[in-house]
Formats: sequence, C-alpha cells, structure tokens
Amino acid sequence: MKIDLTDTTAGEINKALVQGRRAIGTPAVGMVLTLVIVTDEENAYDALKAANDASREHPSRTLVVIKRISRTPRDRTSSRLDAEVRVGAEAGTGETVVLRLYGEVVGHADSVVLPLLLPDAPVVVWWPVNAPLEPAKDPLGALAQRRVTDTYASEEPVRELTARAEAYTPGDTDLSWTRITPWRSMLAAALDQVTCQVQAVEVEGEEFNPSCELLAMWLADRLDVPVRRSPSAGPGLTGVRMDTTCGPITLDRADGSLATLSIEGQPARAVALKRRDTAELIAEELRRLDPDDTYASALRYGVDRLNTVPDRGASFSEESEAPTSASTSASASAGAGEPSPAEDAPVAEPEPVQEAAKAPAKKATARAAKKTPSRKASAK
Amino acid sequence: MSPVSGSGANPLRDPADRRLPRIAGPSGLVIFGVTGDLSRKKLMPAVYDLANRGLLPPGFSLVGFARREWANEDFAQEVHDAVKAHARTPFREEVWQQLIQGMRFVQGTFDDDEAFERLRSTIDELDKAQGTGGNFAFYLSVPPRSFPVVIQQLKKHGLADQSGGSWRRAVIEKPFGHDLKSAEELNAIVHEVFTPDQVFRIDHYLGKETVQNILALRFANTMFEPIWNRSFVDHVQITMAEDIGIGGRAGYYDGIGAARDVIQNHLLQLLALTAMEEPSSFGAQALAAEKTKVLGAVRLPKDLGESTVRGQYAAGWQGGEKVIGYLEEDGIDPRSKTDTYAAIKVGIDNRRWAGVPFYLRTGKRLGRRVTEIAVVFQRAPHSPFDHTATEELGQNAIVIRVQPDEGITVRFGSKVPGTSMEIRDVSMDFAYGESFTESSPEAYERLILDVLLGDANLFPRTEEVELSWKILDPIEQYWDKHGRPAQYQSGTWGPAEADEMLARDGRSWRRP
Repeated sequence: MKIDLTDTTAGEINKALVQGRRAIGTPAVGMVLTLVIVTDEENAYDALKAANDASREHPSRTLVVIKRISRTPRDRTSSRLDAEVRVGAEAGTGETVVLRLYGEVVGHADSVVLPLLLPDAPVVVWWPVNAPLEPAKDPLGALAQRRVTDTYASEEPVRELTARAEAYTPGDTDLSWTRITPWRSMLAAALDQVTCQVQAVEVEGEEFNPSCELLAMWLADRLDVPVRRSPSAGPGLTGVRMDTTCGPITLDRADGSLATLSIEGQPARAVALKRRDTAELIAEELRRLDPDDTYASALRYGVDRLNTVPDRGASFSEESEAPTSASTSASASAGAGEPSPAEDAPVAEPEPVQEAAKAPAKKATARAAKKTPSRKASAK
Repeated sequence: MSPVSGSGANPLRDPADRRLPRIAGPSGLVIFGVTGDLSRKKLMPAVYDLANRGLLPPGFSLVGFARREWANEDFAQEVHDAVKAHARTPFREEVWQQLIQGMRFVQGTFDDDEAFERLRSTIDELDKAQGTGGNFAFYLSVPPRSFPVVIQQLKKHGLADQSGGSWRRAVIEKPFGHDLKSAEELNAIVHEVFTPDQVFRIDHYLGKETVQNILALRFANTMFEPIWNRSFVDHVQITMAEDIGIGGRAGYYDGIGAARDVIQNHLLQLLALTAMEEPSSFGAQALAAEKTKVLGAVRLPKDLGESTVRGQYAAGWQGGEKVIGYLEEDGIDPRSKTDTYAAIKVGIDNRRWAGVPFYLRTGKRLGRRVTEIAVVFQRAPHSPFDHTATEELGQNAIVIRVQPDEGITVRFGSKVPGTSMEIRDVSMDFAYGESFTESSPEAYERLILDVLLGDANLFPRTEEVELSWKILDPIEQYWDKHGRPAQYQSGTWGPAEADEMLARDGRSWRRP
C-alpha cells in the first residue's frame, strides 16, 4: 500500500510506516538494514527499482532522498518535505519512503533521515550520481557504516578515482569496484591453475570506465608487476593479459557476456562473464558491511602509477613503455576527433572538477576528459 | 605443469578479500545413474546454478554415465532441458556455453569393463582439453545394490587413484545400509577403495541454510546458549512430516520404513546439531567430534514398547484429496509391517541434557509437509500472576523451521490488551525465507561445491552413520518381534498411540 504525505515531518512519516505495516498485517519486521539513496528526480526511478530488487536478498528500509532544485528566490526561502510511504507489494520485501525535499530543508536532509533509520541496524548510503567528494564527511554519509559511490556515473571518472583515493575512509566503496568482482574471481581462478610467476599485465577496456583502472590497480597492487592500461571500444572491460614465466594467460571478453580464457599449454575455454545490472551490484554491496580493505589498497595504488616502469623493470615492460604512451596520446586525440553527442551539454556539477584539479591526475587523461565533456549517457 | 589446489601460492587470493567467492579449483564431476530423477531434478540444476553464480572453475566438466545410448549432444540436450525446468536461477546462454564445452557422456553398464575404460580415457581427454587437472568427484546416484560393483570398477580401472597432487572423491547418497551390520559392510567396501577423507556422504538436509543457521543461532549469540540445557529446557521435539505417500517408491520403501529412511539420518543429525556442545572450530574434524560425542551419549529408554510408536497410513482425505492407504498401494504386500510413521523418545546422557527427553517423529501422509525442531522450555518456577491470568499460557518455545518456509519462531506469553490481567501465547516469527528466498542456494548447490572444494564439515562421517544405526537397531529389532504398526488416517498428525506416548509423560505434540 502507498500513503502520500504532503508538507510533512519525519514524525508523521514514522506514524505512516507503523500504520502501513499494521494495515498489511505484518507487525513483525525482519529487516536487516536501512538503505539511503541520495539522488535527483531523474535517477530516482532506476535507483529505487534496483534497490527493490536487491531487497529480496537484503530486506531493508529504503529511504530515497530526492533534493528538488529551487529555481526562484521564492522557492529557496520556503521549505517543504513531501513523502511517499510504500509498504507491502510495492516495496519489495521491505519498506520504502520516497522523500522529496524543497527549499532550505535540502541542506538539512540528515535531520529528515536520522529519525527514520531502523533502530540499531546498519545504515548504507548510496549516491547513484553526484556523490560528494568526501562521502564520509557528508552529513548523510556520516550516518552510515557504508557509503557507496559510482565513479562510472561521474563526469571524469578517472580523475574522480584519484579524489576518492585521497578522501578514502573505511566504509567507502564504489560500484566500479563491485563491477569487477567476477573478473577478479576469474583471474584468481586462472592463477589457481598454474604455478608460475606473473611478470607483466595489460588491462584493456573502455576509455571512460574506471573499472579498468581499478582492476589494473588491483592487479598491480597484488602482483607487484608493471601494469599497462590500454583503451578499447568496449563494452566495459574487454581483456586482461598476464605474461607469466610459463607463457601468457589471457581473459578476453569482446561482447560483454561470454569471455574466453586461454592459458599457455591449455586449450581456450569459454567462461560466462556477464555485465551485471545495478540490482545485482547493490545486492553484492550489501552482503558485507565491513570496510573493504582490498578496495582501499587497490584504490590507493594510484592511477598515475599505471603504465610506468618500476625500478626492477623486466625487459617486457621496457619494450612496452613506448607503445603505452603512444596509445594514451592516440586515444586522447581520438577522443577529440570523435563527434561527441553531448558536446554542447553544460557541465552539470562543477565541484568535482575543481576538487579533482587539485588531484595529481595524469595530464593526458585530463586533457582527453575535457575534450569530451559528458560521456555519462554513453557510459550507461 | 601441476595445478595447485588451495590458495597459498596465488598472489591474487587474499583472505581479507571477502568479495571473491569460494570458487572450486580445476575439477570435474562424474555422475553415475545420470538418467535418474535426482540427477535431473537436483544435480544438473545445481551444477548450472553454481556456474551461473560464477562458483565453478573455468573448464569445469560434467560427465554422465548411464546405460542409455546417448551421444554427448543428447546428454547435453538432456541437461539443457533439466536445467531449464528445474534451475533456481534464470537461464543464461553464455553460462550454458561455458558448461557445454565440458560435457561428456559415457554409455555403459556398471559391470562393463570397456565402459569404464572409456570413462578413464574421457577423463584423460578432459584433463587435456579442459584442464581439469585430474581432479574428479564421482557422484554415485545409483541404487544401493550397485554400490559395490561401481566402487570395485573404479578401483579396477585406476579411477580412484590420486596422483601428482590431484584428487578423486566419492559422493554417496543415503541409504547408508539398512542396519549396523550392512552399514559396516558398505563402509568396508567404500573404504577399501577410498580413504575416509575422500568419501562424502550426502545428507541434503545438512546443506540447508536453516540447518547451518542452527549453529549460528546457538554459537554466535549469547542469549540462547545459557538456557540451552536441562535447567531450562523441558523437552525437544524434532519433526519431519511429509504430506505425500510412497508414490512410485514401493520397491524401495517396503521393508525399509520411515524410521530407517528418515530418523536414522536426517532426524538424528538434526538432534546432534541441536544437542551438541560447542565445537572448538567449524572445521570438519571438530564438528564431527562433537556430533559423534553427542550421538554416542544417546540412550534408549528401557521399555521400548512404551516409548516408541510406529504406524501405517490408512485411506483418508489429505488436503482435500481422497487418498488410499499404505497397504492398498501398488506393489505393497497387504500384510506388510513396514512403518510409514515412526515416533521415538530418546535421552542424552550427559550433564547438559540428563533427564530431557528428545521426541523424534516422522511420517508420510501427515497434515502437511514440514520439518522443524522445537525446543520447549519449562514453565516459570513461580508466577506472580494468579491462576486465571496465566490459564491460557503455554510453555515458551523456540522453533527452528527447516522446511518449507525456513525461519525461527519464538513463542512467549504476552498480556492481552484490556483492563484485566490475562496472559496468552504469542508467536514471533522470523521468516528466514522472506529475507533470503532469491539468494538462498539449494542444498545440493552448497553440497556439490563443498565436495569440489574438499570441505567436509556438512557431511556425516562413518562413525556418525554407525552410531545412528546403533541407536535405531534395537528399536527395529523390538518392532520386528512385537505387534504391528498402528493405522492412522491419512491427512492427520499420526496414530493416537503417539499422542498417548506423550500424554504418559504429561506432554503433547506440537501441531507444526
């Protein structure tokens, strides 16, 4: 059932929740967490749908915080909270409250959310778009054990990764990291099958996909070998090649679903590596609520250390250095030449750019990013 | 090149990285009796579901062995149909493409040496083509009488040999014999070829989430364990009820009966998990040690006539459907003494449980399908409320529902709203199913994965099987010599004798 409340307060919403629960005849609740989704009107529907699907695995109270944009001085001075309380069939297996904030209250969303959190249960905040640069310092982020961002949905994903690394606080996590779990799992399984040393790695994927950088940084961090990141047309990640003492191991995925694993001396094998939808990503994200140290370690490795030769560089990486920088600049110019559909779209959120400018991002990447202002639509 | 099993040498594996699933190493599964019901309805879908969840290694191979004249493609088609009909997760073409590469079929009978040679060469071929590294599990989904011959054939053709770091494992299904003697014989046959740590006995109940949750409930929490003993517990009831009859299983069921079919394995395992002491770890050894200890402490009452009941379902109405009695079923001897209902009372002789009866019951054609463990607590020693206030109040209970609708119910007294003081039972329900339906893996998924990983803690050991028979054998012998099974109407909760058995102790069965 659905209860609409206009110009309301958190207290009223709590009353409506109890009323809704009694009305559907299940006064006992078995919910395991509160999921707060902070988003704009445009992305709310998809995010809520994904959260409802994920709630089958993790019954939760879902609070969708939609900050409405005030367009006139009159709007900005008034302040209003509207809520839509959904329980039962409409809300997956939990309860959903869609909160719409107008005017001044937009700046005080935490005061609305705090009284609506499930007592004593973990809180997860998810920003499908426009995540704050320091999630842990955000008033809503501060309420949560776990803060989920999505760099893929940002204007300049790779630069934002650097910013995320600087602001990292235990409990931060990113859907670009979640997306590569099957890849990581398959690569680990591939190394289970052989007893050889990895000497160099190449990660190939879409240019504006931070998952490629994260995978490359994870590999570099774990294996302590030079890792090259090279661009391809996608979709998503398209391949990983590991050069080992007993020949190359490659995992190639051209079509976004079925990959081929080839190991030197063994026949090529097909492995399913489907790109997962957001609901599956969120379900995975909610499975564990403790800090993800592996993510932290991979993220902090630093994007700028990819494509470089470490001191004890093997002959392989020295040979590969030249083509690497060549391919980077090639991709930058390709980006410039490419007719971008969103060429004249305005930059929506100015803050990340300012902040990211401080970050020591690679110049080439930054240049490429500036020339294609918005890849958000195509990235999705 | 020798494949490494485990994770020691792999720099991409890190215990702190908990997103990476436990994924089986390079391996394959050989199913004997692949045309059977279990294989089609449970095993093949479980293999697919595992692949779909990304838990099978690249190159995982599935080999079917059966008499039917099939080519690899026919077998693949059969698996395809079974997966489409019974898999838990949605069908995805790319997952299927991954699986189909490693599918082989070997045609032959169990005494056919040539067929086993073909199986051997198939495995060698898979090692080369799929990189399975010689690691194979043999799933014996075959009737008990074929066990010895298949096991012997595996030995004869060197299929059970583990060489160069590879493993071979045998998976066997119940029944593990029909009494202590036959169980020992069976174990001797199996262990002649496979060492105890190579043998995995499937009790699919132990793969269920709720059963594993018993351990979490008891040992991860503080609020239950202090009252989990004779000072607070009045008695424990473990029930496994089925609403169906014997169906087409007359040949198997007659002469075996409910007690051997269910109590010996499932119910005694549930009893062991409910009553055991805290294991020192959740390793297979430590768990088996505790289960063995508690099964060894189980004592039967002196008078077996007073503390056991067996029954046979008679014609009646079951859930709105007219059904026939056991003795009228096709293929059943009208004078059969086989029990389709069995209830027994046992005690556990240790400090924790002395004097607390455990009532176990199972039956076919009962009220509804349910499996549950009910721990019923003693009444409060003193009540400040007067008698009329608590007249309606029952005993507190914690009920662990294993299937269907997995969950936990806590029953306690609560005041009825109003001016007078009246206290009645309320049930608080934690529907585990509600929370985890979509993602709860099927028991077979978990168990097959555990076999491939070599993780033995959800599989009963030889000693546990033999101890269970030691508990049941005296009862079966007593039943053989005394009387006949009581008749109970289909669709009810068993014979009146079972109610009388509890009434003698001043208790009554829960209606599940």
